[in-house]
This record gives sequence, structure tokens and C-alpha cells, in this order.
Amino acid sequence: MAKMEGVAVAPAEHVAAPWLVSDTPAAIVRRRPGGLARFVRSSPLGTVAAIFLLFVFAMALLADVVTYWDPLVTNYGLTRAAPSGDHLLGTDHLGRDILSRIVTGARISLFVALIAVLVGDGVGLAWGIVSGYFGGRVDLLSQRVLDALLSFPGLILAMLLLVALGAGLSTVIIAIAVTRIPLSTRVIRSVALTTKSLAYVEAARTLGASPLRILVQHVAPQCIAPFLVIVSANIGVAITTEAGLSFLGIGVPPPTPTWGNMLGGVLAESFRPPWWLIVYPGVALTSTVLAANLFGDALRDFLDPRLRGKLTDL
Amino acid sequence: MRTYLLQRFLAGMVTLFGVTILIFVAMRVLPGDPLAMMTSESGGTYVLTEDELQAARSALGLNRPYYEQYGRWMLDIARGDLGRSFWREEPISDLIVRRGPITAQIAVAAVLLSWLIGVPIGILSAVRRNTIVDYISRVLVIFFVAVPAFWLALLVVLGGVLIFNWRPSLTVVQFWDDPATNIQMTLGPAIVLGLGIAALTARMTRSATLEILHDDFVRTARAKGLRERLVIRRHVLRNAMLPVVTVSGLALGGLLGGSVAVERAFGVPGLGTALVMAFGQRDWMVIQNLVLLYGVVFTFVNLTIDVVYAALDPRVAFR
Repeated sequence: MAKMEGVAVAPAEHVAAPWLVSDTPAAIVRRRPGGLARFVRSSPLGTVAAIFLLFVFAMALLADVVTYWDPLVTNYGLTRAAPSGDHLLGTDHLGRDILSRIVTGARISLFVALIAVLVGDGVGLAWGIVSGYFGGRVDLLSQRVLDALLSFPGLILAMLLLVALGAGLSTVIIAIAVTRIPLSTRVIRSVALTTKSLAYVEAARTLGASPLRILVQHVAPQCIAPFLVIVSANIGVAITTEAGLSFLGIGVPPPTPTWGNMLGGVLAESFRPPWWLIVYPGVALTSTVLAANLFGDALRDFLDPRLRGKLTDL
Repeated sequence: MRTYLLQRFLAGMVTLFGVTILIFVAMRVLPGDPLAMMTSESGGTYVLTEDELQAARSALGLNRPYYEQYGRWMLDIARGDLGRSFWREEPISDLIVRRGPITAQIAVAAVLLSWLIGVPIGILSAVRRNTIVDYISRVLVIFFVAVPAFWLALLVVLGGVLIFNWRPSLTVVQFWDDPATNIQMTLGPAIVLGLGIAALTARMTRSATLEILHDDFVRTARAKGLRERLVIRRHVLRNAMLPVVTVSGLALGGLLGGSVAVERAFGVPGLGTALVMAFGQRDWMVIQNLVLLYGVVFTFVNLTIDVVYAALDPRVAFR
């Protein structure tokens, strides 16, 4: 976070005549010491959520170490076993340990969501800046492309891309990433649009700075805070999308455990699915999404409260 | 106003054009062609011999240039011919007529439910700000925004099975044939999806109401001695409804997507279930035209939202 603030403060230093900067946008995060401490104080709930996310993240990284059972090993003598001392959360229809699968599933869920969001929103960042700054015909065309992308419900767009690209971990990431592009582009574009008419950008232009220099030095830093907000807001959405795709059997292919395909496996069950097959993976999924959302909200309020309401994403 | 409507309509048509291009590229250009996708080793389920493949290709016109294929597709749709399922020979229009009403019914019921629950809770939460009512509703909102609808659906099914020994119906039952069974079939998905949108609606209503409560005209209304109830109903509510319209519109799109997974969880034989099955079988004509249907419906929903919004807030049309 400290690094980001350092970048974000850059434009102010390049202004030839600081008194000309009449309307400093709130998006500029001023360099103040103790960013982390201020975040903790401003949002205790967001801090708790962040700690929980870190915990899930640690579990995901250490999955091989902390799990007692191999998540892939089947045991046909012990299928659908109720939670017990041996298998704390029970076993599934192939006798695999639920707890191990949930912990290992965290790895896929978080990995897919994080990469997809960084890629999708990264594209949105670049696209939004260029489109907003240059405007004109490029902007008009790109707006229509975004309209078309936005005309699909996210899950269906992802399904369409998956059928085109074939199933697999990397294609799931690409599919989810694409669904994240339109909204982030919109938000970043609007930031770039307002920034380009600010006095210090015009001053830089008057001084003869090249468009590339203006984009990188002056416009881009303004988009960092909104970008971080978008990323954090999108992680929960991406986790849900991945889970939904895997639940439908078109996401990450089995036997790799993910929260989604653990829940999807239940559909193949008889008419009386054991409750632990449904409840535990769902609790892991929901609590992680909840934590991601709470952290996202807290970060937004901390960095740029004006984005409130702009990111109601579906 | 008229120019605004015309402008929105044209933009909608351009969007639809983009939608068709996107689907076409995804379905025909990216994987080679749909038949390659179906028989390929990665994900394809069926194996055709080379001869069968060539025969099927020329029968479906897949060996023609792309622009011609696209033109044919558009022409077929213009004539109302949506093609047939590759595996079952069933016309896709039959499929839509049979399964579409169930999905539409779920979506409409979910949106109505979200207004019934979300708007009152949002207003109450704003008017009684920082009271226990507000806290409880905010916690509920945060929870229901986060919880994935398909998991909630699974929990409901699980509860139904374990407690009432209930079984989801597997065949399509239209409302006009057997209302009781039909409602039993659609109520669950509608409630599960409705709660999710209700949470978003409540959040939006709350923040909009809070903003408006501090506006000058509200102070004026109070100053002239209007009762608080009337101030809320006549001045605040009406303005607070604007963002709710937007949320509901966006939500309807998410709903169409979300309902795919929820239909699957409940085992409801709607369009979403058909789409998932088509994906499983790589039934490309069904995928292509069902996805197009979702895109068209969503585009028209958005168009309707724009019009409704302009009608509610005339300033929009003059911006």
C-alpha cells in the first residue's frame, strides 16, 4: 500500500504551478504515514475480513502440509461417511476426505479468482485509460464492444468462452477475466476522462509532454486507487463465478477439488444427499466471498468513497 | 425525449449486432468450427469418422466462408428458424416455447419478490438509521449479497428432501396446465434468486434514501409541516426509486445467468438447464441460439430500463 501511495502522489510534484491545481481530485491518495494503521482504525470489520482472507490464503498455500488425508485418494469402503474423529467433515461419494478437499479447493478458488481479476481488471485499466484519454473514434468503438460484452450475464459469457476455448484451468481463468473487463474499463475510463481536463494535465501538455508521458506519469496514477478498489470488489464475484462454473461441471475439470465442483458432485447423488457434502464446501465458499466483499467495501471507503454505488456488480 | 429514445434504440441495435458477432466468433472461429469442437479430444464427447465429419460440415454449410455463414445465420433468425438440436433433431424454437415460460416466470417472480422485500427494508433501514433495525438489515444484506444463489438453492433442496421428503419435479409443468405443481416448481428458485436481488435493492434503496433525506426539498416539506410519513412517501420514496430501477434491470441480467445454476440445483427444467445440457453435449446450434436469446433479452431489458428511467426522471433525456 505504501508503494501505491508513493506512485499516486507523483502528479502533484510535476505541476509547474501548484496554485493552478484548483480541484485536486479525492482520488489522489496523499502520502501520509501509517497507511495500514489508519486502515485498521477506519474499519475494524474490514481488518477482520482481511485477516480471515489471509488465513484462507495461508491454508491454500500450505494445503499439502496441513491436510491429513490426500484429497484425491478414494476409499470405497468408506463412502459418504458422516463426520467423525477420523474424517472431521466426513467423506464424499468416493470416500474422499471433505476437509482435505475443502482446504485444497481453497487453492484453486483463490488462485483462479486472483489471477482472473488481475488479468481482467488489468486489461480494463489499460483499455479504460487509453479509451478515456484519447476519446474520439477509438473510444466510440470500444464503448460498443463493451456494450456487447455487458449484454451477457457474466456466467453465460464465461460459459460461451469456455465452450470456445475448451475446458481447463487456464481457460477458466481467461473466461472469468473477460467477464471482469467491461465494468473495470467503464470505471477507469470515467476517471481518465475527468483527469485529462484537470489543470495539471493541461499544464503538462502545454509544457510539451508527450501523450505517452502524460498517460503514464499523470493519468495512470490517478487510476491506481480506483483500480485497487475494483480488484478487491471483483474477487468475491470471481470466486462465485468460478464456483458456479465448476458447479455446473464446465469449470475446472475433476478430480481437482474446487468448492464449486464439490457442490456439483452432489447433483450426481441419489435423492438423499448427505448434508455434509452440501453444507461444508458451501460454508467455505460463502465465508470467503463474504470476507472478500467486506474487505473490498472497507478498502473502497478507505481509498475512494466516491466509488460507492458505482461498482454494484452482478 | 423522442431523440433520446431513438438514440437509445439505435445504440441497442448496435449492441445486438455486437452480440451476434461475439457469439459467432466464439462458436465458429475460435475452435476451428463447431464440429471440431464436438469431436476434439479436449472436451468433445463424440467421435465422428472423417467422412461423417465432412458430410455433416457441408450439410450444415460450415465449409462456406465466414461472412456467408454469418449471413445465413442472421437470415434464418429473421425468418424465425432457430435451427435444430444436433443430437435430438428437436427444433430449438420448440425447446424455447416449452422451457422458456418456466425461466421467465422464475425471473419475474424473483424481481417482484425483491421489490416487496428489498424496498421496505431499505427505507426502514435509512429512516431508522443506526438503530437495531438498521444493523440487522445491514447484516442480512451483506450476507445475502455474498452467498452464492446456487448454494442457497442446494440448502433449500436439502432441507426439503430431509424434512418433507420432497422431490424436485423433473418434467415441465406449465402454469396453465397445473398451477399448483408449477408454483411448487418455480417458487424455490424464485425465492432464492429474489433474496439475492432483494439484498442489492435494499442496499441501493438505503443509500439513495439517506442521500435524499438531506435534500432541500425534504427540509422544505418538513418545514411546511408535512407529516413525516407523507414526506417519506411523497418526496423521498419517489426519488429513491430511481436507482432501484437500475439495480433491478442489472439484476435481471445477473438473474438470467444466476438462474442457470439455480435451475440446475433445483433440477428445474428451464432454459438454463437446457443450456447446461447443451454445453455438456457440445450441441452448438442450441448453445449459439440460446446464448443469443439471453443476449437479446438482456439488451431489451436494458433498453426498457433506459426508457423507464427517462420517464421517471425527465432530466436524463436532456443530458
